[in-house]
Amino acid sequence: MEWIRQKLDKFKEPFAKGEKLEKYSPAINALDTFLFTPNHTTQKGAHVRDAVDLKRVMITVVLALVPVLLFSMWNTGYQYLSQVQAEVGFWEAFGEGALKILPMIVVSYAVGLGIEFAFAIFRGHEVNEGYLVTGLLIPMIMPVGLPLWMLAVSVVFAVIIGKEAFGGTGMNILNPALTARAFAFFAYPTYMSGNSVWVMNAAKVDGVSGETILGSLAAGQDVQYSAMDMFLGIIPGSVSETSAALIILGALFLIFTKVGSWRIMVSAVIGAAVMGLIFNALPSLGIAGNALTNFPWYQHLLIGGLMFGIVYMATDPVSAAQTYRGKWIYGFLIGFFSVMIRVFNPAYPEGVMLAILLMNVFAPTIDHYVIQGNIKRRLKRKKAGINQQVETVV
Amino acid sequence: MDYINLFVRSIFIENMIFAYFLGMCSYLAVSKTVKTGVGLGLAVVFVLSITVPINFLLDQYLLRPGALSWLGAEYATIDLSFLSFIMFIAVIAAMVQLVEMVVEKFAPALYGALGIFLPLIAVNCAILGGSLFMQQKDFGGIGEAATYGFGSGIGWFLAILGIAAIREKIAYSNVPAPLKGLGITFIITGLMALGFMSFMGIKL
Repeated sequence: MEWIRQKLDKFKEPFAKGEKLEKYSPAINALDTFLFTPNHTTQKGAHVRDAVDLKRVMITVVLALVPVLLFSMWNTGYQYLSQVQAEVGFWEAFGEGALKILPMIVVSYAVGLGIEFAFAIFRGHEVNEGYLVTGLLIPMIMPVGLPLWMLAVSVVFAVIIGKEAFGGTGMNILNPALTARAFAFFAYPTYMSGNSVWVMNAAKVDGVSGETILGSLAAGQDVQYSAMDMFLGIIPGSVSETSAALIILGALFLIFTKVGSWRIMVSAVIGAAVMGLIFNALPSLGIAGNALTNFPWYQHLLIGGLMFGIVYMATDPVSAAQTYRGKWIYGFLIGFFSVMIRVFNPAYPEGVMLAILLMNVFAPTIDHYVIQGNIKRRLKRKKAGINQQVETVV
Repeated sequence: MDYINLFVRSIFIENMIFAYFLGMCSYLAVSKTVKTGVGLGLAVVFVLSITVPINFLLDQYLLRPGALSWLGAEYATIDLSFLSFIMFIAVIAAMVQLVEMVVEKFAPALYGALGIFLPLIAVNCAILGGSLFMQQKDFGGIGEAATYGFGSGIGWFLAILGIAAIREKIAYSNVPAPLKGLGITFIITGLMALGFMSFMGIKL
């Protein structure tokens, strides 16, 4: 350890203040803080001591993502291999999926971090850890069949337009990972929807089909997966969205560490359940539904990207509502709109991505009115208090 | 059901800002704070929901080919539709004048904050756009025209409310110098339109 420290200090010399490579110091400092805990002491002002910093928070989210990611590697391989051969070994499936998913992660990190470093150097601020989570999330929400260059272009759009234009980590208005997905969705629609992108090689190999559950529901077909398969996640879909069980595990971890907001998660699940129940109740009101409205409400929660979106995207502390009351409203509307878009909008089989983006847009508005309401209430209480005092004096 | 359909369509799917990008000038200029944004938004809602039905009546009984047939059979061939722009604008300008007087009398602070943009609603593309879309859509009755006008106004109101709150929030962001002000506002508008894409294609 000592040896690396010395080597690094020696290597950093030309980047010090006043030296000729000073411009590039954010890049080398990022490497330094990645390897070592910084030992700066605050010179003046408040000395707040807390173990939680941006890096710790981001690593917590990455840890919560790891089980989902590992499962999705196995599932990606399994969905393909189980259609072309009779017996599928565990490691065989895992290896096949990992070979497909690891390049996506590498591309996402390389392109995104490259842009982050470039911006840090040009604008003279430090590199932030925010991209660690975004860069992992982006490949996890894309269909497995997406070409790598499209992934790279989406990352470029999300990082530059969605984040760096606003000043970097913590300043963006929309969730960057979902911005990337929305960009890919509208720019390359044939690679982001349909029935040949959700299972690897489905477009190339005959006899491999990869219809998602929502896709077949929208087409009016029956679902051939059991509710247990949906819960465990052994179904086709975007890379990591399938396993509700492991996502709930990650959610519990995020809630336990207080990194993710339980208010948003709970209210979003309630919102989706309410909308699902309303649709389920349609036949008893005499309105004929279709396959989507009759789909049981609890299974609506298990399929598609709803769980993944609610747990990892909607709770993004930057783009979500900031006030407690605002979080309840924000989460509820996300769940509500997700199921509504699924059922009503024939153009999009899944609605959670756009529902979260829409609520990201209106989160500042919700916060504004929650805060104004609070101010009004407190003024009223103050006024009432003064009146009471006057009465007692009189 | 038709009215609800039309109302929802005009708010979300055919949103004046995010689908047609109309009325951008005042939308960009007055959206710095939520308070002025809401004031202007309400003015636009009022003007749109009054002028669209009035212009509908004008169009129906005065302007479109054969509209004058209620005067007698010999007028049935007259086509005054070349006058639509000037008639529509005249109605809009009159309504804006009314709004301006009301705001000046009852909310002088808002009047000061909105400044020149209040009278400029008269030439707001969203307002004239509302009337022209109404003409194009060939509504069946004044009820539909009023619903459409009100819905479009609410859509515009929601848009300016959303961006005003976002702009208040990003006042603390470290936006690159060349993008400060209008540049970043255009980018925000584009990203907001991405969020509003969720309603594209909905059939009620």
